[in-house]
Amino acid sequence: MDLTFLLNGESVSLQDVDPTVTLLDWLRETRGLTGTKEGCNEGDCGACTVMVRDSAGARALNACILFLPQLHGKAVHTVEGLAAPDGTLHPVQEAMIAHHGSQCGFCTPGFVMSMAVAHLNGDTGHDDALAGNLCRCTGYAPILRAARAAEAEPVPEHLTRSFIFPEILEHDADTARPAEWQGAAPTSADALAELYARHPDATLVAGATDVGLWVTKQLRDLGRVIFLNRCDDLQRIEETDAGLRIGAGVTMDRVLAVMGAKHPSYAELIRRYGSAQVRAAATIGGNIANGSPIGDNPPPLIALGAILHLRFRQARREMPLEDFFLDYGKQDRFPGEFVEAVTIPSQPDRLRVYKLSKRFDQDISAVCGAFNLTVEEGRIAAARIAFGGMAGTPKRALHVEAALIGKPWSEDTLIAAWAAWEQDFTPLSDMRASAEYRLAAARNMLSRCLLQDLGAATNVLEVQP
Amino acid sequence: MSVAKPLPHDAARLHVTGAARYVDDIPLPANTLHLAFGLSQIAAGTVTALDLNAVRRAPGVQGVWTAADLPSDCDCSPSAHDEPLLAGDTILYLGQPLFLVAATCHLAARHAAARALVTYEETDAILTIDDALAAESRFEDGPVVWSRGDAEAAIADAPHRVNGVIEMGGQEHFYLEGQTAAALPQEGGDMLVHASTQHPTEIQHKVADALGLPMHAVRVETRRMGGGFGGKESQGNALAIACAVVAQATGRPAKMRYDRDDDFLITGKRHDFRIAYRAGFDDAGRVLGVDIVQMARCGWAQDLSLPVCDRAMLHADNAYHLPAVRLESHRLRTNTQSATAFRGFGGPQGMLGIERVMDHIAHSLGRDPLEVRRANYYAAARVERVEGGISTKKKQLTPYGMEVSDFILHEMTEALADRCDYAARRARVAEWNAAHPVLKRGIALTPVKFGISFTLTHLNQAGALVHVYQDGSIAMNHGGTEMGQGLFQKVAQVAAASFGVEIGVVKITATDTAKVPNTSATAASSGSDLNGMAVKAACDTIRARMAAHLAAERQADPGAVQFEDGRVVIGSDVLSFAEAAQACYQGRVSLSATGFYKTPKLSWDRKRGAGRPFLYFAYGAACSEVVLDTLTGENRILATHILHDCGRSLNPALDMGQIEGGFVQGAGWLTTEELVWDARGRLRTHAPSTYKIPACSDRPQVFDVMLWDAENREETIYRSKAVGEPPFMLGMSVFHALSDAVAACGPGYPALDAPATPERLLAAVRRVRG
Repeated sequence: MDLTFLLNGESVSLQDVDPTVTLLDWLRETRGLTGTKEGCNEGDCGACTVMVRDSAGARALNACILFLPQLHGKAVHTVEGLAAPDGTLHPVQEAMIAHHGSQCGFCTPGFVMSMAVAHLNGDTGHDDALAGNLCRCTGYAPILRAARAAEAEPVPEHLTRSFIFPEILEHDADTARPAEWQGAAPTSADALAELYARHPDATLVAGATDVGLWVTKQLRDLGRVIFLNRCDDLQRIEETDAGLRIGAGVTMDRVLAVMGAKHPSYAELIRRYGSAQVRAAATIGGNIANGSPIGDNPPPLIALGAILHLRFRQARREMPLEDFFLDYGKQDRFPGEFVEAVTIPSQPDRLRVYKLSKRFDQDISAVCGAFNLTVEEGRIAAARIAFGGMAGTPKRALHVEAALIGKPWSEDTLIAAWAAWEQDFTPLSDMRASAEYRLAAARNMLSRCLLQDLGAATNVLEVQP
Repeated sequence: MSVAKPLPHDAARLHVTGAARYVDDIPLPANTLHLAFGLSQIAAGTVTALDLNAVRRAPGVQGVWTAADLPSDCDCSPSAHDEPLLAGDTILYLGQPLFLVAATCHLAARHAAARALVTYEETDAILTIDDALAAESRFEDGPVVWSRGDAEAAIADAPHRVNGVIEMGGQEHFYLEGQTAAALPQEGGDMLVHASTQHPTEIQHKVADALGLPMHAVRVETRRMGGGFGGKESQGNALAIACAVVAQATGRPAKMRYDRDDDFLITGKRHDFRIAYRAGFDDAGRVLGVDIVQMARCGWAQDLSLPVCDRAMLHADNAYHLPAVRLESHRLRTNTQSATAFRGFGGPQGMLGIERVMDHIAHSLGRDPLEVRRANYYAAARVERVEGGISTKKKQLTPYGMEVSDFILHEMTEALADRCDYAARRARVAEWNAAHPVLKRGIALTPVKFGISFTLTHLNQAGALVHVYQDGSIAMNHGGTEMGQGLFQKVAQVAAASFGVEIGVVKITATDTAKVPNTSATAASSGSDLNGMAVKAACDTIRARMAAHLAAERQADPGAVQFEDGRVVIGSDVLSFAEAAQACYQGRVSLSATGFYKTPKLSWDRKRGAGRPFLYFAYGAACSEVVLDTLTGENRILATHILHDCGRSLNPALDMGQIEGGFVQGAGWLTTEELVWDARGRLRTHAPSTYKIPACSDRPQVFDVMLWDAENREETIYRSKAVGEPPFMLGMSVFHALSDAVAACGPGYPALDAPATPERLLAAVRRVRG
């Protein structure tokens, strides 16, 4: 593919690019820009963090799982381009020196890029902004001191200019080989539907936070690749009569923003979902379509009664999300059919989501439980409960729900429902947790719901020293 | 003077701009070959067929090597010559390199390596401590036993007894920069190696042996590592040897870096241990006798396991005087990665064992664990007893017979308990727990006493090379390596202080086996102790020559020549340092010198477990408070207060960095960092997606770190103390605070194993509830 983007302020036009070359490999091996580091090659350590800007703003992204065509028409800043053209360091760079924020220095370029993005966006939630950057030397304390110290400093002039991509460049690239681009990066859902129907074996790439690892870790040849990031109509969030319709291409950072007001417990889950870098790339559609039993979106979406919209050419169908997941690795999706959107029905917020993992931030759930319980006059009037990590698919706890509905919202009811859990779930043991622990923790999550209603403190994150 | 100033890391500006160069960043010629290993997919057995045709045909492949193709066995072991670079027919662990691919780029080499068709005959693997004990699979003939007094009788006669077992997992180093090396062939068959290593001399030695060259034909250079933590003491040998072999065979430069998953699968980690204990004690909780059995899983090769296990025994006392003690150490051979050095080098495991004993004693007596810990502390330094009118110093010996003469933990514990308001907070924790059914708090204050010196005595030596140029600029080189700890800056501060110049006058240069030979690994926290002294010796030599010359020209006393503030003062004459250097050059004075240092006072017999293995001890104490969710085992560190002893700090900012970072790494070892092998011996936690080191929000919400400002009683460099490893063990306070929170759930003893994952904590909660 041919593509054009800005790299540290200069335009770069590339011809005949293999669409699965990562930005990191290109920077280091082709461009000789070795400031951006490879720590894990799977988007977990943040050593390769770069700043990517487009008309929607500036984001931190992991260069190791970012394919070059995803950058077409955008601006990339690497650590080499963070200081001002005259060499004046960025305030976060100065602060990192002054506060001893680097030791071995290998994670440092990634940290300063994440910090610079947060600084540019006026984001002072440092723990969240830096959750995707691992440091093994400092214990993070001096890095946080540096991030706080830089807050008050102005954004350097060379980064304050609003992003205007020279349209001519984008136009050039698009028109150079229009057929090729249309065949690899459609710009509408209609075009995608037609293209994917013709090439049902193609690999769809949205944020590449999972597909990237197919390339970097599984060393798979993806064959034909179709990039979704130019389908603007897949990236809409709309209030409809049925509820909130979220396009499949909406990134998780935007889902987080919209859930804050509607279902704050879901938003809190997303705050811990991946990292800033991952949330800025990963899409809700990708997380669903991928069919992972441990994806974090399906449990809350199922508990909320979400409807999945699938499309093949002009044929559309919809189904309750839980019906999409047939078995481990198997979804109810025909060749050439794709996830177009998901709709969350309007409802009062009763949702509680609990994510359980070895580490709080940026960890895959051992168990993710979502509870949507309606309690009226002390009795459970309605219940939708769904779990990730408890079966080969995201799964509703139908027997547990049945054991609750109509019963008093009390400890006795939970005890009576004890056996229903084993009817719903026979979890596996793996490196994240044992089957016994998963089942015990899932049961206890329901107890937590009750205890919360009874006014007990149940959230360790809310405890102050 | 530059010493004791909180100067930033010497490379800080290079770090933040991405300009700091690591091995993989060094520009190499375009014809460089990139290497990858093909790895065994079974833990034990033999290779019955190795079909590499598809590997050879893969795009970009320039060569493939099996064990039979190597110029020698290319042994990689730092100790026992038991680590062939490539397995022959016999497989000893899952992840063992079987063959080597050289290709035109890194990705092509990885792709090619995945194409091998290997047929195995699998045999039963020895994977666990139990497997190894049952099979008598071990290094050395039998367990090593050291004892002092009659522990058995003391336990039997004691008013109270506890016994138990604690399991503690290993730990992946997770240096952010994975293992990397590059080799460039030189004229006449010489080899230049760039390696991310803590031990350039070892790389030089192993590469020379592999290629059949004398050591002088191999030069190894290391400017910096992106983290080491012990994981680059011996584990980089294989990559450097592989590169050198390919470079020698092809005449082309060769580079190798492990993909992160390969790094996890191939390289060694911290030893996991099981420690069984029996202790007898009095009503105050004072230990009268203790028997401790340490079982260490060492993996497939000996590597550094013997000294690691020795150090675990040497720290089985931590800060406590054990009047009668028996220590038994099992060094078990298993079909897993060869466990290796990791910050603390066995010390953390040994110390966690005795800390468990203290905690268990306190629980059984219903006493505050801190009270029991203090009751068992070694006697304070300089406490004197008057017996029969003669003042004699009270002597307390460690289990290995070394006198503890510098013990300062009484004062430090008192000061820390005051600073963090321990007693009142402990009471508040109890009140809070009484009012909260679901969440429980816990608090613990634990001490650290860590012995400083290599236990292999001959390693306690260092060399340096210092040049003063005629313009007054200074170049400094020594055998230590920079892995982020700030060694280079600290030693540069020593050099600048010696000449009375600003730090900027001193050029820090890459570690280079051609400049300083026969160096020891930068390990055992010894970097600044050894290299600081060696550099100071070199500087002193040059300074004395300069002083002698400048004084002689002026008929002044050389002893009265002053080097300070960038000037040299000779009587009434004042020269800038540059003028002085120029004058000495013109006076034909040699402005280059080597320096050498060997640690004094050491004598150690490891067979008997007796003597003085350490020059001194470094001390620290930490108090951590946690909150635990008894429904899931999730937890947070609410607050940590630390007081740590660096002697007279060479650089308080860098030392603070070692303490904060060491603590968080230690807490990670004992909480979220869990290594899981499956029943076939495959490591299932082989990337950051599955192996969880602490993230940003895992640091304590309140994180208060203070240096204990008191000089080292031994004559170390500016009376400072080593700081690399000791703070790691401050993380034990988190583990015991979690245990304390679990103990609040019921009458039983938590008997918590490590790492205290949410799952283990929930199990412990159930256990104490009975």
